[in-house]
Amino acid sequence: MTESIDYWSLVYVLVLATFIGLGVIRRVSRLLYTPLMSITNAISAIAVVGSIIVTGGDYPTGIRIMGAIALFASMTNIVSGFLITDRMLKMFKTDRAPKADERS
Amino acid sequence: MSHAIVQLSYLVATALFIFALHWMNAPVTARKGVYAGVAAMVIAILATWAQPEVVHHGWIVLAIIAGFAVGIPLSMVPLTAVPQRTALSHSFGGLAAGLVGTAKYYLWVYEGPEHLTTFRMIAIIIEIILGYLTFTGSLMAAGKLQEVKWIPQRPVTYPLQNLINIGLLALAAVIGVALTLNPAATWAPMLFPVVIVLALAFGVLLIIPIGGADMPTVIAILNSYAGLSAVAMGFVLDNKLLITAGALDGASGLILAIIMCKAMNRSFVNVLFGAFGQAQQAKTGGDEKVYKVETIEGGAQVLEQANLVVIVPGYGMAVAQAQHKVRELYDQLRKRGVSVKFAIHPVAGRMPGHMNVLLAEANIPYTDLVEMDEINPEMPQCDVALVVGANDVVNPAARNDKTSPIYGMPIIDADKARTVFAIKRSKNPGFAGIDNELYFSDRTWMLFGDAKNVVGELVKQLSGSAH
Repeated sequence: MTESIDYWSLVYVLVLATFIGLGVIRRVSRLLYTPLMSITNAISAIAVVGSIIVTGGDYPTGIRIMGAIALFASMTNIVSGFLITDRMLKMFKTDRAPKADERS
Repeated sequence: MSHAIVQLSYLVATALFIFALHWMNAPVTARKGVYAGVAAMVIAILATWAQPEVVHHGWIVLAIIAGFAVGIPLSMVPLTAVPQRTALSHSFGGLAAGLVGTAKYYLWVYEGPEHLTTFRMIAIIIEIILGYLTFTGSLMAAGKLQEVKWIPQRPVTYPLQNLINIGLLALAAVIGVALTLNPAATWAPMLFPVVIVLALAFGVLLIIPIGGADMPTVIAILNSYAGLSAVAMGFVLDNKLLITAGALDGASGLILAIIMCKAMNRSFVNVLFGAFGQAQQAKTGGDEKVYKVETIEGGAQVLEQANLVVIVPGYGMAVAQAQHKVRELYDQLRKRGVSVKFAIHPVAGRMPGHMNVLLAEANIPYTDLVEMDEINPEMPQCDVALVVGANDVVNPAARNDKTSPIYGMPIIDADKARTVFAIKRSKNPGFAGIDNELYFSDRTWMLFGDAKNVVGELVKQLSGSAH
């Protein structure tokens, strides 16, 4: 074995991150479930990290082609995910017209 | 040293991702969440790119440019198409995970089999199974939502369906175990693609029996899978940022899926293997029931005199693109001092939160979008419930009829309003093929026609009578 990975610490990270995720997501406003889904889409495109290493490493061409396709797919998710989330969130307003509006 | 900088960047990115989701807890802070997410992503990309093992840059630049070229148009789709865009991006996420897993396996099997430890092989197998099944499954879901011609909309079922599906997955798992035990055997690189093909096939077969009404749950589950495949990639690459970000996404998909299931009173297993909506056809055409029909003029008059009007939107509103007309109706009624609220059922539409986004797009303040649990106690005080393109989510059979397939599903109590107006395109039953008792109640009056036209006519009537 040329490397020693502390697998247990990875499992710890997974468990703790899942708990944080459950805690944070549970408090997300129900109004925003669609934007939530598109932002988590963009966040899970963190696979971009793995794709960059595979695409840019000194590897055989076939491997790097797979990496480049993965990088393209992740990048598409990042760009479209964040942009559409922001586009949707901009639409959520408390009151539309600046007119004085008698609301209880 | 550079290792420390990379790790520190990843740590910062992780924290920013958590903040990004935290800020989604209210519409006022949510946009800050997007900026945090973008910042985290940029940091993660730059830190990775700067690593010494990344030596070729041309393809990276090309792939990033291509990602922008496709991503920007994909972010500009009409909001009614957001469910299929979401499904499509889950499929991209699955593909990326599957490809990276495949690439890493072949790299190691030929150039360093000592890297293929048992733990890592398990992670690779999980990564590619989840990745590729999410890829084809989400593509199918996107195709169904987009109503692509050669993908059947109706649930497709055949004998022994579940057995065949589970069998495929089990076979993939068995081969996976064999590969894990002998990752570098001469036959292993030949058998690896078999797992890929099985996972791809399983993804298609998993989604084929699912109908439109179950899409919110299925999209949430696929969201979760996309996250979990990123987690598996994190284990393969020994990368904690991938694990955390993937876990956040996995948790989000899981919570949404649970909420959607509860809102339909069904279990995960039942959604995925239940093939909803095809057993019902025989039931219709029994006793002939009669609808009471209201005219536009009459409807407008009743709406005008109400104190509280509750509008119940459903997928039909999205199909008819009626949300802007609904906004005009909202304006007209508010001008006359009528309170107008929207009752949002968690599974209305084709993905979680679909109705909220459509109504927000039409400039309706989100403070008037009320969740099912909050609006139901108010329904008896409501003068008019106006049902726009919703069907199963207002069907009292969910409360009364034990034989109904939607029995037990929580619904919006539109039937408790003093008057109910239901806009309906035709006299056929709704998506799930179930008759709606609400339409035959003595308080209900039907307004037949396309939702956009009917609401438009109501608006015309109201604005006309103002003079």
